[in-house]
Amino acid sequence: MAFTNEQLERYSRHIILKEVGAKGQKKLLNSSVLIIGAGGLGAPAAMYLAAAGVGTIGIADADEVDLSNLQRQVIHTTADLGKAKVKSAKETMQAINPDVKVNTYRKFITSENIMDIIRDYDFIIDGTDNFPAKFLINDACVMAQKPFSHAGIIRFKGQLMTYVPGEGPCYRCVFKDPPPKDAVPTCKQAGVIGAMGGVIGSLQAMEAVKYIIGKGDLLTGRLLTYDALTMTFRTIKLPKNHDCPVCGDHPTITKLIDYEQAECDMHM
Amino acid sequence: MFIKVAGEKKEYPEGLTVKELIEKEDVETPQYVTVTINDEFVESGAFESTEVKAGDEVEFLYFMGGGAR
Repeated sequence: MAFTNEQLERYSRHIILKEVGAKGQKKLLNSSVLIIGAGGLGAPAAMYLAAAGVGTIGIADADEVDLSNLQRQVIHTTADLGKAKVKSAKETMQAINPDVKVNTYRKFITSENIMDIIRDYDFIIDGTDNFPAKFLINDACVMAQKPFSHAGIIRFKGQLMTYVPGEGPCYRCVFKDPPPKDAVPTCKQAGVIGAMGGVIGSLQAMEAVKYIIGKGDLLTGRLLTYDALTMTFRTIKLPKNHDCPVCGDHPTITKLIDYEQAECDMHM
Repeated sequence: MFIKVAGEKKEYPEGLTVKELIEKEDVETPQYVTVTINDEFVESGAFESTEVKAGDEVEFLYFMGGGAR
């Protein structure tokens, strides 16, 4: 497929990069990324991936846009209040770049539906806010051999890591089981600075783009942490856990698990 | 002895266990923290019996939710 003149202009800042070029831009246009959660992390990730010309973007979220979302979820506007987040996100992505095909999944991910949803995508972005969903995404991606970016944000801190099948640890290598309900504070309880989603969600988009174009080093086997108050980025080496119950040498988790979640953060 | 905790050089007495270090460093939600020493995981069941040695590099890894809502 040849670029149209409009595409040459639109993606000119990419095409001029030696790491991207026309070849990389074509890879982006032919790629597909699924974003689970159209919130603080998913919003910037979705906008940058749409702008970058990722050909197919899936977005999954069961929620509607709430006034308390707008302090950080920049893909939604005040006019979108009450609208399904996936619809609002799709409209913004297509307004940014009509080249992009957006698939919406207005549902919670569960052990029943996640395999069907992730199947057709090259890369998955975990932009969820609760541990049951994060463990479900991890296990499903390990089982389906899908690369994904995990991230979390709270208060003035954020962190992310990338799982690539066969290369380096999964989320469960680092954290064996979800913490009990309410044992670890959520953003709703503890707060989060709005731009944190912008920083970490954009880094997730960056990992997806690098994976697709096949350039640079991903955050496999490394956790990148960011502390906004001290303005410090660190990368912490993550060993592979050979006893990991899902990706280790002798997996004991071979079926997806729906963990219980506190009522207040049932939603993605 | 000197050790590194989250990249920072710190002085602690010899014989310090991982459990004691978690207390001294005032780690948030200590029962759910993951610990690595020199890029190897320490089993949470072994925090009390594992001693930190001079020159060790200790990292604390925290659960972090956040994202959508």
